Amino acid sequence: MPETWYDPSRCGAPLVVLLVFCFFVLLFINLARRGRKLFIRRIAGIAAMEEAVGRATELGRKVLYLPGGGTLDDIQTIASLAVLRHVAGLTARYTVDLDVPNKDPLTFAATRDTVHEAYLQAGRPELFHPEMVHYVTYDQFAFSASVTGLMVRDKPAAIFLIGAFHAESLLMAETGQSVGAIQIAGTAEVTQLPFFAVVCDFTLMGEELFAAGAYLSGEPAMVGSIKGQDFTKAGLILYIIVGILLEIFGIHWFRDFMTIQ
Amino acid sequence: MSELLGVWLGAFLTLCIFSFLYKDNPFFRFAESLFAGVSLGYYIGIVSTNTLVPNMIRPLTADFSGNAHLLIPLLLGLNLYTRYIPRIAWMARLSLAVYIAYYVGIFMVQKLQGEVVPQVGKTILHPIGGNFTPVDNLIMMVGVLSVLIYFYFSIEHKRAVGVVSRVGIWFLMLGFGAAFGYTVMGRISLLIGRMNYLFIDVVQITSQYL
Repeated sequence: MPETWYDPSRCGAPLVVLLVFCFFVLLFINLARRGRKLFIRRIAGIAAMEEAVGRATELGRKVLYLPGGGTLDDIQTIASLAVLRHVAGLTARYTVDLDVPNKDPLTFAATRDTVHEAYLQAGRPELFHPEMVHYVTYDQFAFSASVTGLMVRDKPAAIFLIGAFHAESLLMAETGQSVGAIQIAGTAEVTQLPFFAVVCDFTLMGEELFAAGAYLSGEPAMVGSIKGQDFTKAGLILYIIVGILLEIFGIHWFRDFMTIQ
Repeated sequence: MSELLGVWLGAFLTLCIFSFLYKDNPFFRFAESLFAGVSLGYYIGIVSTNTLVPNMIRPLTADFSGNAHLLIPLLLGLNLYTRYIPRIAWMARLSLAVYIAYYVGIFMVQKLQGEVVPQVGKTILHPIGGNFTPVDNLIMMVGVLSVLIYFYFSIEHKRAVGVVSRVGIWFLMLGFGAAFGYTVMGRISLLIGRMNYLFIDVVQITSQYL
């Protein structure tokens, strides 16, 4: 095997964890596809989504969904699409206006398809208009200026900020809060989570966003991968506890194995 | 003269954007639309000049047979536009699938090697040894384990698991508090920069022309 194909220094713990992770994910996807019921606990923000859309219906105002600034290579954006499908299904059912401004061109293509499919699935294709999912611009702050202006002018009753957000998070969430909208946020960006936690009514933190995507979609691949991650996590928790106990007795192998030079 | 015009235009547009702090108004709408339009045009120019021309068009026109492999991303990119032809719109998903799968593969290894494995290694500590105090070690171990349990979705957070996950939330909130303060400091420095522009740069450049 050519040397460039294989780097032995990288084949310690990362490879083992990767193989264990893949094993569990494939196992649980397989089980889910065979119809095995896999339990994922309900997350607070999910229940609030229907309430938020219901409130928009009562007030006769629109629902604003922001899929974040990430492109489709970001798993947060993929999870956001699953949540968007659910939200679009609700807006179709409740006959309330939905507005999805986009920053990334590829995400824009995917969100439009997602909303269209959700309206078809809800049996309300006549309510779908391509303009409800529109493109704004690629620039982060030009995008947030447009969205904040939109919030102030349209006064949406419910705002979803789900996906990869960066420095624009507080600008948008604070404006949303000032127009009195129910806000449900979700991101795995550690630096932006504090802003969402402070300003929004519900926040899906980190992995909760991915779990919400899986929970709402119910797709075997997504549910199975969350379950696989959980089992890998359980393995790592056990590994850390055993490692700490062994450290007390002067055995360092567990720690050394997980130390990357 | 163009410098003077540029600096005053910048100041005017900055004030237009700041006027949003009072309420939505025509000046803000003008600046907002200008910003969105100019940034989009600029982005298209950047992508074309820095990505498309040097990485695709120039190599293909210079040596087509030697760079024939570039036709694969070109076709994948063009394939995205099939979504505008309803009968074959499904084909666009093939390009998206390649794009997503490529990055999932790369990021999975990066995250494991760069974040997960080192975090596990650094958490396995002797409670009263190492470079930190026993209290630091305890905080590190309890923090990592409790937050991991909070993000465990396969069981309900009740009884003992509920208690541990609540500890995890406390650790998360403490971390968020620190990150919040840090980022707010960064934002204030951005505001200071803009104020410097309005009160120092504009005045200095204007005085040069008077």
